[in-house]
Amino acid sequence: MDRRDLLKMIAAATGMAMVGGDLWAADLKSADAGKALFTAPDIAFLDEIAETILPKTDTPGAKDAGCGAVMAVMVADCYDLPQQTIFFEGLKTIKALAKKQFGKDFMQLTAAQKHELLSKLDQEAKQASGPAPHYFILLKQLTLMVFFTSKVGATEVLRYVAIPGRYDGNLPYKKGDRAWAT
Amino acid sequence: MTVAQNHYDAIVVGSGISGGWAAKELTEKGLKVLLLERGRDIEHIKGYTNAFKEAWDYPHRDKATEKMKDMHPVLKREYTLNESTYGMWAREDESPYVEIKRFDWFRGYHMGGRSLLWGRQSYRLNEADFEANLKEGIAVDWPIRYKDLAPWYDYVERFAGISGNRDGLDVLPDGQYLPAFPLNVVEQSVSERLKKAFGGSRHLICGRTANISQPKPEQNRVNCQYRNKCWLGCPFGAYFSTQSSTLPVAMKTGNLTVRPFSIVTQVLYDKDKKRARGVEVLDSETMQTYEFTSKIVFLNASAFNSTWVLMNSATDIWEGGLGSSSGELGHNVMDHHLNAGAFGEIEGFDDKYYFGRRPTGFYIPRFRNWGGDKRDYLRGFGYQGAASRQGWQRHVGELGIGADLKNALAEPGTWTIGMSGFGEILPDHSNKISLDRTVKDKWGLPVLAMDAELKANEIKMRKDMMQDGIDILEAGGAKNVGGFNGECHPGKGIHEMGTARMGRDPKTSVLNGFNQVWDAPNVFITDGAAMTSASCVNPSLTYMALTARAAAYAVDALKKGDL
Repeated sequence: MDRRDLLKMIAAATGMAMVGGDLWAADLKSADAGKALFTAPDIAFLDEIAETILPKTDTPGAKDAGCGAVMAVMVADCYDLPQQTIFFEGLKTIKALAKKQFGKDFMQLTAAQKHELLSKLDQEAKQASGPAPHYFILLKQLTLMVFFTSKVGATEVLRYVAIPGRYDGNLPYKKGDRAWAT
Repeated sequence: MTVAQNHYDAIVVGSGISGGWAAKELTEKGLKVLLLERGRDIEHIKGYTNAFKEAWDYPHRDKATEKMKDMHPVLKREYTLNESTYGMWAREDESPYVEIKRFDWFRGYHMGGRSLLWGRQSYRLNEADFEANLKEGIAVDWPIRYKDLAPWYDYVERFAGISGNRDGLDVLPDGQYLPAFPLNVVEQSVSERLKKAFGGSRHLICGRTANISQPKPEQNRVNCQYRNKCWLGCPFGAYFSTQSSTLPVAMKTGNLTVRPFSIVTQVLYDKDKKRARGVEVLDSETMQTYEFTSKIVFLNASAFNSTWVLMNSATDIWEGGLGSSSGELGHNVMDHHLNAGAFGEIEGFDDKYYFGRRPTGFYIPRFRNWGGDKRDYLRGFGYQGAASRQGWQRHVGELGIGADLKNALAEPGTWTIGMSGFGEILPDHSNKISLDRTVKDKWGLPVLAMDAELKANEIKMRKDMMQDGIDILEAGGAKNVGGFNGECHPGKGIHEMGTARMGRDPKTSVLNGFNQVWDAPNVFITDGAAMTSASCVNPSLTYMALTARAAAYAVDALKKGDL
């Protein structure tokens, strides 16, 4: 338990991404509305956002990993009420921005348009300051976490060996070799 | 198993690390033993329901849900609350406690206790650890010295299987080890550089851990498979736990009876004979009360719960309970303080990576107030840490979203190194636990109230824990080094100790040099409660050695008719 504590501590100390339920110590009761918080179109919308953040290339993307549905569960069950509020307001904002900038529903945008729209939000989020996280930080971190802990992300984009059976602390590495999922 | 009965040669209360050892030693020496566990049974391998799950098998990817947080206001303070180990920690709604001062109490109420969840770092106390109280005039003197425990360290290390190197350092006595889990290439580099810094007084060595690097076929244990999923219960039996190691041996003797769902509410005390005659048990499922009698009782319920049992026992004779005549029962709460240390980046190893997930990292033994060193505080601290390449969790600030981000995160990032100090907490009479009879648990039993804090000595030490960490990493070649000295409340180290301490005088200690309660010499306490001082090393190995030693003494004394 000491080592886990340490790793967690180092993660926090070195500013590694802390995702979802760990963002804040939750002092407020969850809405606990479960999956009912999200409709099927909501999940499709989350899938499109996730796919824009981590698209299919020569390796699978967020949709291949079914990210939207898992993100919905995470937000419903692991976010506290303030986080959920930020998240949902953010989704509304993205929809409105699609209309405003392209005169279309987000779901009807081309991949390039979605990339353009969310890239701007990514820049905006990086410059945002204040006690509460920008909604796009939540979206991006949740996407990364859900994708890289999925079977597709961990085994087809990263590498994972369930039972390594041995240890080599001096493994040659060349640029392009994939990272371990864990 | 033997046929159910009410009289035994020995009763062992608690099935964690020390209770498992007590059961093993006493049954192997021919005693009929009843092992009482307050929680449910967890069977070796079959009971490890999450052991083969992968990250994606968890609906919440191992994160705590809001519901879990509502159920566990204490656990949620730490990494301890997550999806994969949920159900392996005591329920806070059923078993509350009072925090006069904040105390992070992480309990395992099930067969095997925290032996299933422990960090497994296994170090011996050194000669000076046993002498420091006397030399410095702190608390009371240990009634034993290193040489009294050394053969028992040998004995428990050989059985448990501790992997480590014999590093030849006085501060960290060597033991009986299986081959160490090696340092990785970056840790090795830092270790080499450190040898040439600080006059050679600081050492970065392989962690010594109770994971076996070679198989132990006689115990049906397979060597570590480098999954780093120990806390889910190891289906290979590769780390020491009650289930993997001590319990099978005790069962095999035919002398052991195990009773789960058995909350020991008091030691039954015979005031004429000045001996315990057994224990009272509340069946946590049926609410029935039972008496079990025995010649000897081993309390191994974890430091605070063993103390709780004493506080509830013989209260018609001593208001504060059995062992309270010393005025020290429940006092001198100790733990290790942590969450102060340093981190940095290491350049020049971009062509290196690793394969497999070790069950340990590195260790830097204490160097403060050691040798010629003298600080404005007493005692010292060791560091535990590791070096690794960053994974997908890292921020890639310059990258936005899309294919570039995905491609970048598909490769490992910079090598980083980090470590936290584990500092000694001095025994202090004012750091205490007591019974709060106004608050009751699910079974109507009074609960503990915690009243302990870090004092001036620890707070001074923490400055060094941070600054020395920075200096060590810089000397080791790290760049962008940073330090931290974060919040730390007692309990966080999950090394509760000291509330029924050993000593030389019944007026100032609860236990004698063989862990016998002065006021009831057939009652032995060999868990963390017995510790007279804390040292800065992880304590479980010492509980194992104390238990084996006390059990041998108890059986001898029984044969001689002394108990």
